[in-house]
Amino acid sequence: MKSAVIVFPGSNCDRDIAVALERASGVAPEMIWHRETTLPLLDLIVLPGGFAYGDYLRGGAIAARSPIMRAVAERANQGVPLLGICNGFQVLTESSLLPGVLMRNAGLKYICRDIHVRVASTESVFTQGYAQDQLLRIPIAHNEGNYRAQESMLDRLEGEGLVAFRYAACDGSADGNPNGSARDIAGIFNHSRTVLGLMPHPERAVDPAHGGTDGVAMFEGLVAALAR
Amino acid sequence: MSDVNQALAAEHGLSPSEYQTVLSIMGREPNLTELGIFSVMWSEHCSYKSSRIWLKTLPTSGPQVICGPGENAGVVDIGDGLAAVFKMESHNHPSFIEPYQGAATGVGGIMRDVFTMGARPVANMNALRFGDPDHPKTRHLVAGVVAGIGGYGNCMGVPTIGGEVNFDPAYNGNILVNAMTVGLAPTGKIFYSAAAGVGNPVVYIGSKTGRDGIHGATMASAQFDDDTDEKRPTVQVGDPFTEKLLLEACLELMATDAIIAIQDMGAAGLTSSTVEMADKGGVGIELNLEAVPTREDGMTPYEIMLSESQERMLMVLKPGREAQARAIFEKWELDFAIIGRVTDSGHFVLKVDGATVADIPVAPLVNEAPLYDRPWKTAPRRAVLPHGAIASPDDPLAVLADLLGSANFCSRRWIWEQYDHMVMADTNQRPGGDAAIIRIHATTRGLAITTDCTPRYCHADPETGGKQAVAEAWRNLCAVGARPLALTNNLNFGNPERPSIMGQFVGCVAGIAAASSAFDFPVVSGNVSLYNETNGEAILPTPVIGGLGLVDDLDRTARVAFAGPDQAIILIGDTAGWLGASAYLAQIEGRDEGAPPPVDLPAERANGDFVRQCINAGDVTACHDISDGGLIVAVAEMAMAGRLGARIESPKADLPLFAWLYGEDQARYVLTVENADSLLAKARAAGVAAMVIGRTGGESLTVDDAYTISVNELRAAHESWLPTYMAAS
Repeated sequence: MKSAVIVFPGSNCDRDIAVALERASGVAPEMIWHRETTLPLLDLIVLPGGFAYGDYLRGGAIAARSPIMRAVAERANQGVPLLGICNGFQVLTESSLLPGVLMRNAGLKYICRDIHVRVASTESVFTQGYAQDQLLRIPIAHNEGNYRAQESMLDRLEGEGLVAFRYAACDGSADGNPNGSARDIAGIFNHSRTVLGLMPHPERAVDPAHGGTDGVAMFEGLVAALAR
Repeated sequence: MSDVNQALAAEHGLSPSEYQTVLSIMGREPNLTELGIFSVMWSEHCSYKSSRIWLKTLPTSGPQVICGPGENAGVVDIGDGLAAVFKMESHNHPSFIEPYQGAATGVGGIMRDVFTMGARPVANMNALRFGDPDHPKTRHLVAGVVAGIGGYGNCMGVPTIGGEVNFDPAYNGNILVNAMTVGLAPTGKIFYSAAAGVGNPVVYIGSKTGRDGIHGATMASAQFDDDTDEKRPTVQVGDPFTEKLLLEACLELMATDAIIAIQDMGAAGLTSSTVEMADKGGVGIELNLEAVPTREDGMTPYEIMLSESQERMLMVLKPGREAQARAIFEKWELDFAIIGRVTDSGHFVLKVDGATVADIPVAPLVNEAPLYDRPWKTAPRRAVLPHGAIASPDDPLAVLADLLGSANFCSRRWIWEQYDHMVMADTNQRPGGDAAIIRIHATTRGLAITTDCTPRYCHADPETGGKQAVAEAWRNLCAVGARPLALTNNLNFGNPERPSIMGQFVGCVAGIAAASSAFDFPVVSGNVSLYNETNGEAILPTPVIGGLGLVDDLDRTARVAFAGPDQAIILIGDTAGWLGASAYLAQIEGRDEGAPPPVDLPAERANGDFVRQCINAGDVTACHDISDGGLIVAVAEMAMAGRLGARIESPKADLPLFAWLYGEDQARYVLTVENADSLLAKARAAGVAAMVIGRTGGESLTVDDAYTISVNELRAAHESWLPTYMAAS
């Protein structure tokens, strides 16, 4: 699997995702600076977490207009799998590669902790390594993860099976939704399920000593689907 | 242009005798810019004029020490060609005036100190002290400081993995915000600040210089009064995004060999960074101020030299490497300007369009900085408080939920969930344990980090309190299985011109020196913050210790949570039921009396070494040091973390049960093990006091089959205090 991680000024999970990808595939991804305008031949593109451009204006808003994003959108439109994690998800919505917006957390505070999500759809290269409705424990770390879209769009996402992950209660807690996201949405696909944006950090859940291993199946699933 | 006189010097915080020294160094009246430079360089914050003679008594060497105090941060060898670079620094005064920006720029400043030396920051810690929770400003200050620390560290992508927080009315007028950063660098690629090479370019990088933070160092060297809010313009404004770019750009340039010297612009900005580089290198530096990137037009030399705008660095480059360096900084969209050169004049010369606007000899500016042996007096020793002086409660567990659900004992989850403590994906032990642990990237080794101080003890007996702060840091590192390597400190006190305050300082430093020496746990960096006083009311003496330890095998560490049912609970160390100056006495009885628990340094060392060896041998399933609140609080914290109860049996010696439970005797740990007999035998062989005090299991904590409380009830009290407090308005 040949993958690339786009590095924006202010990205700070770029190394973490590179480690997770290399761990799963045995090949280090290419790190591509945001000022580039072309991409090599790739099986997977990742927009990492962090604070691209300091989240000034809005999370992801300036990064969405970086030179590399034109090439990223072109490849995504050709069907090359594109994964946006946390700030990367914000860049995807700001680029209109995914619908909706990510607003400030309902509690108006940054939240870093383990949360639980359920796998809402296994029909993608990203989620085929999981079982339907599988409960995963994965860390979140964000200030703006409150997913919002028009009701009609939310209906469409649900109706077409484009919700990838939903926040879920666990350990008897009443509410597993940490940030107020509409319909507990933690991650969504585009219409062809080749673009995934999610707020949780699967790359922080690939090592038993550092946050669990529930992210491993995503990366190993990608390798299984995309290895040539 | 010179209207400088003694009165203006006094407004700049220079005493009449200090001003006389300025006149004799200059051989003339200084102009305003020169006066400004003297005033910041000779401020308490920059010159350590009240503390320097005492800081020299601290042990600073050891085979592991690569660089002790005096540079931007301390450096210790951690093996495999790597060094840990770390320091702690205060941002107390600004954080009280403007909590978000004050705390944020404190975090930014300490990270800059670390990456200036070539190290990538890998962990942030902090030590915070706030006033009475009922004080009208406290909630606002907590919210602002926590958001500021998170706002900066999160954006930088450096995990904030732990710290400590206390509330006490003594901090009503002066909160403490002490931030610590640990970084990693190859031992052969440590960068220092000594300028060299006459003619070499002096380069300015980072943000533009603005009018913010002018006289921040002087403000931080004075007491507060009722007009503190008027000082808000002296607080800097942080931009963590620019600092992230600065970090990456500096590390990229440091991977080449273009840099001769580098120094960050912290307190006293361009002035102190230039003077430091010139002094360390024994050279002169000439700056052309029109070349300094400024945020607005018309800034005077005085403003440029005293600005504390953040995210700026100064470097001396090898000749001919300017283009290479400029390309890197332009890639990261940062300002890069050649603003001067190294000279052989020994003078610090400032020019604007060729005209000299300041000219100061560097050596006397540094070497003749004031140095005071301030008068000090020791407070009379407190008597030992006998057990009989405290009422024995009917049910000693009845107050446990109150204690664990109080401001000083409650869970700090509300705070650390606002810090990204997992970014970099190397966090092995998250906040909430004795020490946090991060993996040394791509290895199976780790660094353990803790910050500690018990101001209550320091107030009751400064020397014992100083020892105890080091002992507790040592214990917290041993309790996770780490080998303590070295420490940094942040000495927070009131007005040193008062002999009683100076006495606290002298006592605490003596205690730190004794403990540091007894544990071979040298002081490699530190910071002093004095004048933490408002209207004559000083804070409690608060010498915070930041301890760093090495974990040789991440699979051989311990955590506080009970790991499973039916395991033996073992108490390490001797228990006399010491309640003088204890948390029990303060929180339950509302009394601040008695001598604090003595610190037996050899026993601390022996017990800590023993516990670490047992953990490293794989004998221990959970471990917690005993500190504030004594044995039962330690056991309760293990139970809450593991969501598992325990039956405890007291030895029923001639000691009241509540004193056995809540006494704060030092050098103690609680362990759980599968095989108690084997551990007790090892302890006997090592000459370490150890006894079985119970077993894990059930859903309650039970003592002597007579007293019981459910772990869920304790958890509820423990978890709810801080969120409830912060949600109220």
